[in-house]
Amino acid sequence: MSFPRQQWQQAFDESRLREGPFQTMSGIPLEPVYGPDDGEFPGQYPYARGPYASMYRSKLWTMRMFAGFGTAIDTNQRFKEIIKAGGDGLSTAFDMPTLLGLDSDDPMALGEVGRCGVAIDTLADMRDLFADIDLGEITTSMTINSPAAVMLAMFVAQAETAGVPRAKLGGTLQNDILKEYQAQKEFVFPPRQSMRLVRDTVAFTAAEMPRWHSISISGYHIREAGSTAAEELAFTLANGFAYVELARQAGLPVDSFAPRLSFFFNAHIDFFEEIAKYRAARRIWARWLKERYGATSERSMQLRFHTQTAGVSLTAQQPEVNIVRTAIEALAGVLGGTQSLHTNSMDEALALPTEKAARIALRTQQVIAYETNVAHVADPLGGSHFVESLTDEMERRAEEIFAKIDEMGRGSILEGCITGIEENWFQGRIADSAYELERNFNRGERIVVGVNRFLEGNDDDDLAILKITNEDETKQKQRLSKVRADRNDAAVRDALDRLAKDAVDSEVNLMPALVDASMAYVTVGEMMNTMAGVFGRHVEVPTI
Amino acid sequence: MSQDSLRVLVAKVGLDGHDRGVKVVARLLRDAGIEVIYTGLFQTPETVAAAAVDEDVDVVGLSMLSGAHMTLAPLVVKAIRDRGSDIPVVLGGIVPNQDVVELTAAGIAAVLGPGAPADQVVDAVRRVAAARA
Repeated sequence: MSFPRQQWQQAFDESRLREGPFQTMSGIPLEPVYGPDDGEFPGQYPYARGPYASMYRSKLWTMRMFAGFGTAIDTNQRFKEIIKAGGDGLSTAFDMPTLLGLDSDDPMALGEVGRCGVAIDTLADMRDLFADIDLGEITTSMTINSPAAVMLAMFVAQAETAGVPRAKLGGTLQNDILKEYQAQKEFVFPPRQSMRLVRDTVAFTAAEMPRWHSISISGYHIREAGSTAAEELAFTLANGFAYVELARQAGLPVDSFAPRLSFFFNAHIDFFEEIAKYRAARRIWARWLKERYGATSERSMQLRFHTQTAGVSLTAQQPEVNIVRTAIEALAGVLGGTQSLHTNSMDEALALPTEKAARIALRTQQVIAYETNVAHVADPLGGSHFVESLTDEMERRAEEIFAKIDEMGRGSILEGCITGIEENWFQGRIADSAYELERNFNRGERIVVGVNRFLEGNDDDDLAILKITNEDETKQKQRLSKVRADRNDAAVRDALDRLAKDAVDSEVNLMPALVDASMAYVTVGEMMNTMAGVFGRHVEVPTI
Repeated sequence: MSQDSLRVLVAKVGLDGHDRGVKVVARLLRDAGIEVIYTGLFQTPETVAAAAVDEDVDVVGLSMLSGAHMTLAPLVVKAIRDRGSDIPVVLGGIVPNQDVVELTAAGIAAVLGPGAPADQVVDAVRRVAAARA
């Protein structure tokens, strides 16, 4: 019989390690992990202590800074600065029209082009976005959902045009449509039709893009929309289970796609609760994948996640204080064992970040990574009576919610999630929690420094804010009209005809038609409208 | 509780899907005894103006967090005025102080920045409604 420690030691010894020394500032040597020999270790089922045996001893988390604004050329510049400053993964923020599948010259896009992210209309924009960046080397994350399949198709088309085969592409597509209906509200098609597109991307990447993460199942937006930590945890994992059920229904064996599902959680300001949330998430995912869905591959059971600090925790008052909030939140993500991290900039309660503010946010991660030594020891809070108890409580609350969703779906989490969306159950719970939190704030029970306490200094209003002018909108519309003028209209028509035909047959995977359409410079809006002609559009019933 | 029976239309214009704030504000206004109508997402300046005039509300509250407020908020005011109505428009969301002067010049009656507490929101609505009458 071998103790868990011996098994862990063996796995650790087989891992590639970073250069040390791994010791405290005063020279005390540090073990890679602490705990009793027969206890739980990282890299061991159910992975509460981390997905890998060596954790940050092998590789620090990826400092993945989300960026995007203006035209593709502007964002390409920002990407290059991020790479130069030591960021090692790209994360693309798209503007609202792109997120909703609208072209920049659509009347509904007025005032929004290039504002919250970069505007992408055609393959020409995708080419400018990644100009002089080797897509076979760096990993790229694309935060987009309703048009995720379209954007993946354009990305593949761009990479292959640049000579990088799709099999070499590494990165992540957010592609988490369920949380759009629940929280983020950037939906286009009705839920079931959207899920068909998710199925198509999962099947396509499973077959052709072995390095690609097909869905980043995201609690971030659920939390930002106002949920509690337990709701964030439970709704996100339930959505994850729903995608697993969807792919299994399509005939994919669980171990063929589950290793490429990843997660994205919020790091809010309640330090220990957040750490407990991440630990519980890993444990729940491992158990459900193994016990309910029959996964046998370790990779299927190991929950890996990206973290972003909480945008809603930032204040417009005394914005420099946001650097401190972000640092604390980022530390929770790291102590919780995140695989990648985005730190928000201090000015984001006011506008998109300036270059300086974004740099300070990255520096915050670098201080945690290189100065504090917190990455030397895996799961440093594991074994704390407090954190273990809070982890158990998070799990218990999440299981209660799963039971409710399972009941709504009559034994199917997939059906439960869709029914819950259609009946406004998720939306209602999130709104209730947001309201409760706001009432606590208004009653003064929840203190926010600079907002309801410690107001001296609030008049000091000299922070430089990034200004995005309507110039970018005009420029982008001109770029688009040039592409429309220069392309082969017959090829565009053919590509859209094929897309419409493929969309009608729900057995057909739409990815090949979307890649071909991208190559023909069909716009995002044209592809989305063609699919909407077949799928219809989702309208949310407004409720308060 | 006030007896003023104010009616407010809270609205989301454009593509911004952030609806946490608008829903929280709607409930806070209700708590203060104000009648609230919510448009739902993805409205245009025209649909908001039409709803405001049809429902004969006292105030329109816009919630904007996508940065498009400088373009869209003035268009909502204009669309309401074009219908011959003087219903005041209040704006809340991610709006930097630097923008307030220009928004005021464009006819926005009050701007509520991030973190505005409930009583400030209710006061602003009552104030602009009273100023109109």
